[in-house]
Amino acid sequence: MHVVIDSLGFLLGGLLVTLELTALAFVGALLLGTVLAVFRVSPVPPLRVAGAAYVEVLRNMPLLSLLVLVVFGLPDVGVTFSLFTSAVLCLAGYGAAFVCEAVRGGINAVPVGQAEAARALGFTFSQSLRHVILPPAFRTMVQPLVNIFIGIALGSSLAAAVGVSELTNRTQLLNLRSAEAVVLFLVSGAMYLAIALLGGTIGGALERRLTRRAR
Amino acid sequence: MTVPRVLFDEPGPRARARIRLGTALGLVLLAGLLALALWQFGRNGQLARDRWVPFAQLSYLKFLADGFVGTIIATALAAVASFPLGMVLALGRLSRKRALRWAATAYIELFRGIPLLLLIYAFLLALPRFGVNLPILWKLVVPIVLVNAAVLAEIYRAGINAVDPGQFEAAVSVGLREGTAMRAVIMPQAVRLVAPALVTQLVALLKDSTLGYVVSYPELMKQGNNLTVYTHLLVQTYLIVALIYVVVNLALSRLAVLLERKVGTRVRRKVARSGGTGTPGPGQPLTTAGAPPTLA
Repeated sequence: MHVVIDSLGFLLGGLLVTLELTALAFVGALLLGTVLAVFRVSPVPPLRVAGAAYVEVLRNMPLLSLLVLVVFGLPDVGVTFSLFTSAVLCLAGYGAAFVCEAVRGGINAVPVGQAEAARALGFTFSQSLRHVILPPAFRTMVQPLVNIFIGIALGSSLAAAVGVSELTNRTQLLNLRSAEAVVLFLVSGAMYLAIALLGGTIGGALERRLTRRAR
Repeated sequence: MTVPRVLFDEPGPRARARIRLGTALGLVLLAGLLALALWQFGRNGQLARDRWVPFAQLSYLKFLADGFVGTIIATALAAVASFPLGMVLALGRLSRKRALRWAATAYIELFRGIPLLLLIYAFLLALPRFGVNLPILWKLVVPIVLVNAAVLAEIYRAGINAVDPGQFEAAVSVGLREGTAMRAVIMPQAVRLVAPALVTQLVALLKDSTLGYVVSYPELMKQGNNLTVYTHLLVQTYLIVALIYVVVNLALSRLAVLLERKVGTRVRRKVARSGGTGTPGPGQPLTTAGAPPTLA
C-alpha cells in the first residue's frame, strides 16, 4: 500500500496536467467552434464551405490519428510545438468541430420568427446574433457542450499515447515500476470518473438555472 | 446551392456587394492558407516526388491494406460483441428488479466516465500480473467492447423510451408476456428508431480501433507507424492514414444521415396518421442520431 501513498503526489501532478489540458482545450474549442459556427451560418459561400469541410474532416478523423500527425508528422515540415502545446492544439481543434455543431444546433433550435423580428427591428447580423439568437440558443447548447467537455477530458488521455506526462501516462509508468501499483489504475479511474460526474452535475445545474431564468 | 436563411433576409444590392467582398476575402484567405501549407512543405523538401511516389507501389499499398484489414477485424469484433451487450445493459437499466437496475446503471455510468486508453493499459500492463494475459487483439477489443457497450446501452434506452407506451400496453393486453412484448413489439421499433445512431456508433468503434497503436496490434494506425520506421516518410504516411480514416468514416456518417432521413419520414408519417397524439412531436428530435459521433 505504501507504493500508492508514495506515488500519490506524482499521480496528482498528472491529474493537474490532465485538468490543464482539458481546461485549455475546452476554452480553445469553444472559441474556435463558435467562430466556425458563425462561418457556417454566414451568407458568405467560401466561409460556409470551409466551416463545413473542417467539421466533416475533423469529426471523422480519429483523435489519435490527429495527435500522431501533429506530434510526429509536422516536425518534418518545420512545424514543431512542445508536446503539451501539441496536445492542447489537437484537443482544441478536434473539440471545435463538435462545438461548432452544438452551437449550430442551438441556433437552428431558435424559432425563425425571432430572427425575422430582430431583422425587422433593424438589428444587424451580429447584433441579432448576440442579443436575440445566442442567449436562448445557449440553453439548448448546454447539454451537448457538457458532453463535449467530458469527451475532451477523457480524450486528453490519448495524449499519453504520444508521450505527454498526464494522468494515464503516469499511471502506466508507475505500474511498470511496481506490481502493487495496480491499485493506481483504480485511483486514476476514480479521478477521471470524478471529472466526468462533476462536469455532468455542473452542466445539469447550469441548464436548470438558465431554464428557470428564461421563464 | 440553397441556403437556409435563418439569420439573414434575401440580400439587397448593398448586402450583395458586401457578400461579394466577403467571398473574395474568404477565397484569398483560404488560398493563402493553402499556399502557406504548400510552401512550408516545399521549403522542407516534403513535396519531392520520391517522398510521395513510393505510396503508389504495390508493397506500400499492401502494407497499409493489411493494416486496414486489421482495423476492420477489430472494429467488426467490437461491434458484434458490444451491440448485444449494450442491449442487455439497456434492458437491465429499464428492468423492474431493483438490483438489476442498479447494477446496469452503475456499469453504464462507470464505463462512460473512464477513458478507454486507461482501460487498455490495465488490460495490457496490470491484468497480466494476475494471470489474465489475453492475445493482443483481445487486449484491444475487450476494452473497446466494455466501454462502448455502456454508450450503446444509452442509445438503446433512448430508443425504447421513444416508442409509444401504448404499444407495450396493447401487446400485454392481447395476452403477450412482458418479455415477449419487449422482444417482439418494442425492441424492433426501438432499434429502427435508433438505427442511425447505431451506425454513428460504428464510426466511434472504428476510431477506437486506432488504439491498436498502443497495444501494437497491426491495424491501420500501427501499420502506418511501422511503415514510417522503414521509410522515415512521417508526414506523408500519417496524412495518408488520416485520409483513409476520414473517407471511411465519412461514408458511414453519410449512411447514418440517409437512415435518419428515412426513419424521420416514417415517424413523421406515423405521427401525422395518429393525429399527432404519439409521444414524439414532429419537430422534436427523436433519436440521438442528430448528436455528433462521440468525441474520443
